[in-house]
Amino acid sequence: MRSILKASATALVTTAVLATGAFAADKPLSGDMKIFLDTSNPAPRATFEGVIAQFGEMHPDLNIETTIIDRDAYKTQIRNFLTANPPDVATWYAGNRMLPYVNTGLFEDVSDLWQGDLAENLASTKTALTIDGKQWGVPYTYYQWGVYYRKDIFDKMGLTKPTTWAEEKANCQKLVDAGIKCYTIGTKFLWTAAGWFDYLNMRTNGYEFHMALTAGKEKWTDDRVKKTMANWRELLDMDAFIGDHTAYSWQEAIPFLVDGKAASYLMGNFAVDPIKAAGLTDDQLDFYQFPLITEGIPMAEEAPTDTLHIPSGASNKDAGRAFLKFVASAEVQTSMNASLGQLPVNNKSSVNTDDKFVRQGFEMLNGAYALAQFFDRDAPAEMAKVGMEGFQEFMVRPDNVDQILARLEKARERIYK
Amino acid sequence: MFPTPIQKSPRSWQLTYQSLLPVALIFWLLPLIAVALFSVKPEGDFSGGNYWSLPSSFGGWDNYGKVFFQSDMPRYLMNSLLITIPTAIGAVALSCMAGFALGIYKFKLNLWVFFIFVAGNFVPFQILMVPVRDLTLDMGLYNTKTGLVLFHIAFQTGFCTLFMRNFIKGLPFALIEAARVEGIAEWKIFVYIVLPLMKPAIAALSVLIFTFIWNDYFWAIVLTQGVDSQPVTAGITSFNAQFRAAYHLMSAGAIVAALPPVAMFFLMQKHFIAGLTLGAVK
Amino acid sequence: MSTATVAKSEYESANRSWYKRNEISITPWLFLAPAILFFMVYVIFPIFQSFDVSLYQWDGLGAREYIGTSNYVELWDDPAFYTSLKNNIIWLILYLLAIPAGLFIALFLNQTVTGIRLYKSLFFFPFVISQVVVGLVFTWFYDPTFGLLNTVIGWVGLGPINVLGDPTYVTYGIIAAGLWPQTAYCMILYLTGLNAVDPEQIEAARLDGAKGWKMLWYVIVPQLKPATFIAFVVTIVGALRSFDLISIMTNGGPFGESRVLSFYMFEVALSEYGFRMGYGAAIAVVLFFIMLFFIAYFLYSMYKDEKGH
Repeated sequence: MRSILKASATALVTTAVLATGAFAADKPLSGDMKIFLDTSNPAPRATFEGVIAQFGEMHPDLNIETTIIDRDAYKTQIRNFLTANPPDVATWYAGNRMLPYVNTGLFEDVSDLWQGDLAENLASTKTALTIDGKQWGVPYTYYQWGVYYRKDIFDKMGLTKPTTWAEEKANCQKLVDAGIKCYTIGTKFLWTAAGWFDYLNMRTNGYEFHMALTAGKEKWTDDRVKKTMANWRELLDMDAFIGDHTAYSWQEAIPFLVDGKAASYLMGNFAVDPIKAAGLTDDQLDFYQFPLITEGIPMAEEAPTDTLHIPSGASNKDAGRAFLKFVASAEVQTSMNASLGQLPVNNKSSVNTDDKFVRQGFEMLNGAYALAQFFDRDAPAEMAKVGMEGFQEFMVRPDNVDQILARLEKARERIYK
Repeated sequence: MFPTPIQKSPRSWQLTYQSLLPVALIFWLLPLIAVALFSVKPEGDFSGGNYWSLPSSFGGWDNYGKVFFQSDMPRYLMNSLLITIPTAIGAVALSCMAGFALGIYKFKLNLWVFFIFVAGNFVPFQILMVPVRDLTLDMGLYNTKTGLVLFHIAFQTGFCTLFMRNFIKGLPFALIEAARVEGIAEWKIFVYIVLPLMKPAIAALSVLIFTFIWNDYFWAIVLTQGVDSQPVTAGITSFNAQFRAAYHLMSAGAIVAALPPVAMFFLMQKHFIAGLTLGAVK
Repeated sequence: MSTATVAKSEYESANRSWYKRNEISITPWLFLAPAILFFMVYVIFPIFQSFDVSLYQWDGLGAREYIGTSNYVELWDDPAFYTSLKNNIIWLILYLLAIPAGLFIALFLNQTVTGIRLYKSLFFFPFVISQVVVGLVFTWFYDPTFGLLNTVIGWVGLGPINVLGDPTYVTYGIIAAGLWPQTAYCMILYLTGLNAVDPEQIEAARLDGAKGWKMLWYVIVPQLKPATFIAFVVTIVGALRSFDLISIMTNGGPFGESRVLSFYMFEVALSEYGFRMGYGAAIAVVLFFIMLFFIAYFLYSMYKDEKGH
């Protein structure tokens, strides 16, 4: 599997490069280049290995050393290696998650790459990579969030993809009556609950309010937030979620979907791979957009962007810049995302339409009113932590809602001052 | 002897006791037995929801094979060894010397110095976290086994010195006096007279430190990252992230990580227990 | 030892170097030097540095900003801090159960039947295993879908209990996991202690008609005092350092209900969303003062002991 992916990625890149000759003019690179990646899952790992191999072939004098770190461990380790042992290229995430490293000067300003054609092609993510008017990295992929559901169960029960909140709840009620939970979720590591909050809040109050809230400009005790929580509570009161979700990671929640104990899963597209690996086929698994809640509010979507950065302590920044440019190019993004099963950011890239989830995601995001990164990338780290803990608590003890929101408000006043 | 020796009890109680022992043991080790059982079950048993039945077939080779040949576990194990052994040597060496100084010589600050070691040993080590991490970063030893080893040596010196000092205090002081009268240099007294007598303490302490350091998790995640330098306790969390929800593999991984100190304990049981209980009995 | 040698060495002493003349007072410091150096650099100074850091606002990356006692003021008003403190106290109290439990198992095993040595080693087993592994093992033991605990209580028609996901049970669930190795530790201390109990006193007490609980309480336990002291020390230290199990089993959750101070400080300073070195240091300082109370007690008893010799 891995070698096939790798080979196909390489092949695609090769043809692309030979066809355009886009990189032939670049000056030759030499020396060492260190790359740190958080792409520890099999498919992303193979994809990156393929891309790096290809880059290495173009620059035979460059000695590339790649380190792949476990995705979760990476999140706590980045601050250490940026100061102690900076590589020349490192993966990370867009939005506020860059903030601590940008503020302390640990990321290199790469505004120079955001010039000309490339800037135009990557325009959709420019804001997410901009802090203080400068750009601090380049995107290599993004992916949609939405509801992954058991089509076979829906068909059997005569349910259709819901497009409104009323339909969503009606479907859910039927499922619950039939002894099936509507949604599986594992909140042990908190962030999964934030996916629900983001969507409920964006659909209840709109993208602008959601962004203002995560940016600390709106109060958590605002009536609009309470409305969001009230909508969430409707589902909780229906007993729509699996029980004991606080004990599971997101992967451990998958078997409930596979065993048919739950009918759907609000998740990012990266979940498709493990769900299929756990035994579901394309016929059983399908996707729908999170439905409309408040009439008249334009539909914004979650689309977290994964990015590449150059640490300011890098020793071979020329090579780093060349690699970022290489990965940002339309050709490379096309082939990379085909093997990642995700979406290229570069608008000159083509999308792998063979994959129905990628195709649907692409259509959905193209028509989206606006894109949010994700709660823990839009809000600063500390607020994200307090907030997600609050969401988890709310899912278990919905009666505490006022207390939870008051706590979040207090945190907001401290964190954003 | 207390309680009354079983041999002097009624026959019925003797039989009850004999049968109670294995039952109690199985109950005591139940969580561990469960994991050992998991680790030899084939994957199919889990996807089939067959968690608690006996293995449908023996999957041990497969599972352990994956741990050893398809994951980074061997490298983590190697790191653990390369961290644990130098630490044991370093801490034992430093504390032999310090224990000698504190146990043999009478000087004004003796008890103060000793108490600082003892107090330091009891400190909740979280208070050291921020400064030690900083220091390690500044010395360029962050994410190196050396950085971790240096800290472990320093911190373990507290406990080891307490141990060694008390042990040396128990040695016959007349031996040392005799040597001094002979005009033997102090360092020679240490090397030729005291050190040979300390062999049992050194053995006990080495085994103990080996186990403590092998099982360290907190400092491993504070001072190291990744497969280049992390020991197996930290590595197993990455391993589990890689095989999330694959209980047969996670169980096998856990068993592999737990095995070396267990082996050490069984091989060196006498020293181990002597080390733990020194001072527990007058 | 002949007088001649003594005379000779006294004669030499006049001409000896400065080092030779002061050998007895210099040597201990030379022998202490490496240990003191290491201990100062890595243990003693960092304690004071932590006090210092706790007065700053610092993300661990950029410049630090002096904010006086603000971190402590905030701590005073932080519900998560009180949750951690409360859990720390629960840990301290319940962890002490390891002492009677260890004594009980030691008494049970203190026999001379065939194979008893192997039994003793196997009972000691949990202590040798890393807390990380203990944490994993108990996480699966408690798992609400397939965990052994819920399977067993399912047989009698109860459950399932989501031990680690329910804020009311979670701390107790983790402590139970921690008690497993800790009890083994206390057991081994008491087994050794029991070996040293004076058989004559037991016989004398038997003749006086003491047996069972009375014998245990009035004759045996007083003789086990040294073992009890060590067991107390290691159990208190273990309870206050508890970090590994919480980190592995719940990561502090659900919604922070299983935090203790040592975990909370790591969480705010170095975890995925934690960037507050100063605040973390302030928590560590509080933890240090709690421990200081016990350290003072340990040192005092040791001091009395030393003077008694």
